[in-house]
Amino acid sequence: MVLTEEQLLEWLEEVKDPEIPVLSLVDLGVITKVEIDNEDVLVNMTPTFVGCPAIDMMKQDVIDTLNKYGVENVTVNVSFEVQWNSNKISDKGRKALKEFGLAPPPKHNLIVDLDIIENVACPYCGSENTEMKTPFGPTLCRSIHYCNNCHQAFEQFKPI
Amino acid sequence: MTEIALKELLYKIADDQLILGHRNSEWTGLGPLLEEDIAFSSMAQDKVGQSHAFYAILHELGESEPDTIAFMRNADQFHNCQLVELPNGEYDFSLIRHFLFDHAELIRFQMLAESSYEPLSLLAKKLQGEVRYHVMHANTWIKQLGSATDESIKRLQGSLDFALPYALGIFELSPHESSLIDNKIFAGEDALKARWLESIEKVISETQLNLPDATVASPVLGGRTGLHTEHLQPLVEEMSEVFKIDPSADW
Repeated sequence: MVLTEEQLLEWLEEVKDPEIPVLSLVDLGVITKVEIDNEDVLVNMTPTFVGCPAIDMMKQDVIDTLNKYGVENVTVNVSFEVQWNSNKISDKGRKALKEFGLAPPPKHNLIVDLDIIENVACPYCGSENTEMKTPFGPTLCRSIHYCNNCHQAFEQFKPI
Repeated sequence: MTEIALKELLYKIADDQLILGHRNSEWTGLGPLLEEDIAFSSMAQDKVGQSHAFYAILHELGESEPDTIAFMRNADQFHNCQLVELPNGEYDFSLIRHFLFDHAELIRFQMLAESSYEPLSLLAKKLQGEVRYHVMHANTWIKQLGSATDESIKRLQGSLDFALPYALGIFELSPHESSLIDNKIFAGEDALKARWLESIEKVISETQLNLPDATVASPVLGGRTGLHTEHLQPLVEEMSEVFKIDPSADW
């Protein structure tokens, strides 16, 4: 079997964020590079948050999924060589987040300030009449907001 | 020589994060508001995870496994400043400590992002974004409660007066300071302290709080060389209790 990067990325599309099952690791931007050396595959990953407890599970899911397609020699390298930030989430990933009920993070210039996380559109009704309740949420990557228009609490995937 | 200096720097950063992370976790289930419960718990998870990343660099440099470093030392082998080991007290003290510490931590990471030691600069670049949320959280509450009621202002002022000498202990000079500066690993505690003062003054000036004169307060030193208050050993024992029962446990 001749492996191509394109083929591997297509298979890796099946590996989802364990806490956001609609978002693939490829769309999340945590898979930064796939390298092929004959039958050996090296998948480079970078964590969203340094303290994210899901990274080991993600790593194992990558190996299991590629094994399933007959790629046996898979190594996953987790490093900070490429630093993850929320701009790395693809457009497809942003759409998936919104459909899941999580407001996607706004694109930013890497200096996140309060007004960037506070001004977020409600993922349910689209209104911008919302307020931030807390910059922390049920997982490290989410903040909690309230929509004054549809009176619904919602979460945002934090810009970082 | 440089390696000793580097390790000392990594140990103090990691230990600060671990110990304050543990203190933050003590707010889980007890926060004055649900949102604050979540905030301190999230910051705990961030900080403990961040300490692990620093211990992992130390492990690469020949030190023990991260879990062993974290759980198998006694209090006098920790390099954290005394500020982070003090009991949580009431919410006003925890908030003031969080404010004073995280401003310093964010600036430290901004400085380390320029470090000549690449594993450290890569990690610091990553951590800036995370710690910025901690600072944002602290600033929001300090601004709000620092100008709210007589009681909130009085309580915060009392905690600020008490905590400042301990906070100055964050910047205790290392015997290797010049080695770190000359080798461009870290621009040094004095440079950090100067930027920190500017940074906290800016927020305090938007409140009705008064920042005590940092030039006359005497810093509480010793934490960096293993001198700690009586509060650290019980913390370490509680933190490592499960690990010590079964070091091979996996979950």
